[in-house]
Amino acid sequence: MNNLVVLPMIIPLLIGVLLVFFPNYVRLQRFLTLLSMIGTLVVSIILLNLIQTQGIITLEFGDWEAPFGIAFVADSFATLLVLTTSLISAIIVVFAFGTIGEKREKLYFYAFVNFLIAGVNGSFLTGDLFNLFVTFEVMLLASYALITLGGKKAQLREAIKYVAINVFASSLFLIAIAYLYGAIGTLNMAHISERVAEVGQTPLLTVISLVFLLVFSLKSGLLLYQWLPGSYSVPPAAIAALFGALLTKVGIYALYRVFTLIFYHEPQITHSIIAVMAIFTIVGGSIGAIAFRDVKQVITYNVVIAVGFILAALAIFTATSITGGIYYLLHDMIVKALLFLLAGTIIYLTKTSRVDAMSGLIRNYPALGWFFFITVLSLTGIPPLSGFLGKILVGQGALEAGSYILLGFTFLSSMVVLYSLLRIFMGTFWGETIISEEEQIPLKPFMIIPSAILIILTFALGLAPEFIAPYVMDATDVLMEPQLYIDAVLGND
Amino acid sequence: MKINDLILRSITKLVVFIILTLAIYLFFSGHNAPGGGFIGGLVLASAIVLLLLTYDIETIKYGIPVDFKIVSAIGSLIVLLTGLGSILFGEPFLTMSFATFDIPILGERELSTVTFFELGVALAVVGVVITIILSISEDV
Amino acid sequence: METLIIIVAGVLVTVAVYLLLSKNLIRLILGTAVLTHAVHLLIMAMGGFKGDSVPIVSEKETRFVDALPQALILTSIVISFAVTAFFLVLAYQAYKYTKTDDLSKMRGVDHE
Repeated sequence: MNNLVVLPMIIPLLIGVLLVFFPNYVRLQRFLTLLSMIGTLVVSIILLNLIQTQGIITLEFGDWEAPFGIAFVADSFATLLVLTTSLISAIIVVFAFGTIGEKREKLYFYAFVNFLIAGVNGSFLTGDLFNLFVTFEVMLLASYALITLGGKKAQLREAIKYVAINVFASSLFLIAIAYLYGAIGTLNMAHISERVAEVGQTPLLTVISLVFLLVFSLKSGLLLYQWLPGSYSVPPAAIAALFGALLTKVGIYALYRVFTLIFYHEPQITHSIIAVMAIFTIVGGSIGAIAFRDVKQVITYNVVIAVGFILAALAIFTATSITGGIYYLLHDMIVKALLFLLAGTIIYLTKTSRVDAMSGLIRNYPALGWFFFITVLSLTGIPPLSGFLGKILVGQGALEAGSYILLGFTFLSSMVVLYSLLRIFMGTFWGETIISEEEQIPLKPFMIIPSAILIILTFALGLAPEFIAPYVMDATDVLMEPQLYIDAVLGND
Repeated sequence: MKINDLILRSITKLVVFIILTLAIYLFFSGHNAPGGGFIGGLVLASAIVLLLLTYDIETIKYGIPVDFKIVSAIGSLIVLLTGLGSILFGEPFLTMSFATFDIPILGERELSTVTFFELGVALAVVGVVITIILSISEDV
Repeated sequence: METLIIIVAGVLVTVAVYLLLSKNLIRLILGTAVLTHAVHLLIMAMGGFKGDSVPIVSEKETRFVDALPQALILTSIVISFAVTAFFLVLAYQAYKYTKTDDLSKMRGVDHE
């Protein structure tokens, strides 16, 4: 029992509720939001170190013993993701200070960001499937509000599709939960895992696991990503960055959790299907990334490619590939946020998102150009940047498991990422300059400082991975050894 | 065309009080019997919705000069604070406690911290429901 | 009793699918609402449903059913209420801006 576990969800929730009381005091809102993000960051760092010494930390709400009550479980995997989420959202919020505009700030923008973070952190930390549904919904409701905030025509139009597809997916989630409850009679994830291991993963349970796969694929954009490019390209850059960096990752987290903790007995069925879906995701994302000539569309399709890559790591399912998957997940959260922020900055400066309509920006904004170039390299996986380690470990895992097809597709996807983003880079930054000295919009410090911090982070993660290595190793151990998680939650030694 | 809604108006004046009483009854009975903050809150909100249907929004805003967004925020705040209260005593989040007291007139009663939690839920429900109804109906 | 509930849930899913596949925005929203209610019935049937028992444990009552599905349904009703309400407001706003409630006229990537 440790009440720290619930704080990453409660701090943003509390601050978010407080912010509703004074929508017009923008400065106070900014300050409190930043405070809440930093607060969760500090809590997650403390938690991560506690897990190293004490093992997995759990908290049973209201002292109702698991599996009867709701439990929050902080293992290294979940806590690493909470840490990255808090860090990135703090940085994105700083970007939002300068770009989001006072109109949106007074329409409870910061309150919704806090609720979104509460939902994301709650989804990572919960140890109960139904509670996962609830925290998912908290996150989604906040995202519905954020995607429509400001009410432009395109935003409203895409929001309808986004809400419709997510409501449908949530119904499927409930159906899956209902079937699982009927079959197993419990909703605590550790308890489910224990019972599935006892009775064996029967064909019925495998079918239920496929319903879960369908649900989380819709949420994370694995194969069923068709809703994603539209809805991630309409909101303003800060909101798109939050979505691109965090929302799909929650779905990925759920897939990792469910298919390593609960349904890991029939990998030749479930994990093979994930592998096929991952391949099609990579191919589809690649086609989209190459086909479009619009910055926003290209980067949202890059989100799709990354989803395919991270889930290919899950499909390979060896300790090495899972470690690689975790590294790549952390890297992708940082660099996708960076990519969306840079793209937002470019669009702000040139007032267009079409690659054809801009050129020669590097003469006006050299720092921005170099940042974008480093981001491209990091996403491709060039050492010493952060993408390298994840890719090399996933590749190594694929070789160990003999999954050569997955290996081929994952590494071809890096080429596509490089090509699609370099095309943006060359089209946007090279060539004749189109903005004269007089027309040049000055780069606000609020826009470039968050990107600079993220650039430092991607270098740090690439150059000194040993800082987080023990935590990632611990996360892999728990994912590969479900009994550790079960013992921690149910308390049987 | 002016709608003749005399019957509705006269009955509403009476019925609203019955609904409010029912809401309060449901709210307090929720501790060990069917009822509770959520249902009580919904019934309370339905009373206000009935008022909104019978009279117009301006009259209701004049009669109940409350910002319902703030009401729901206060409710959520109470819910969170009762949850956090237990942390101060070193208990897990959301732990509730109760004790039996001997109150004059009412006799022996069980008082519980869940009531505060439920009060928060009820306020949040009322605030959210009315906010939604108002935001749909305001600019039609 | 479970069989009846399952059949009702199945009928509701049919209705919901029909509504979800139509082009009209309001029908789409009604479809999502009906679908969630079908799922609630499914949860109820899955949790075991003994007809006349109540989900409350007390000294007087000897027969009672598992209370957990009821709690799940209540939570889910609250969530679906919020989502449907939001969706209706969104549809109204979208109608005001796009002057259409036909989904086939809201498709595509455009450059505004």
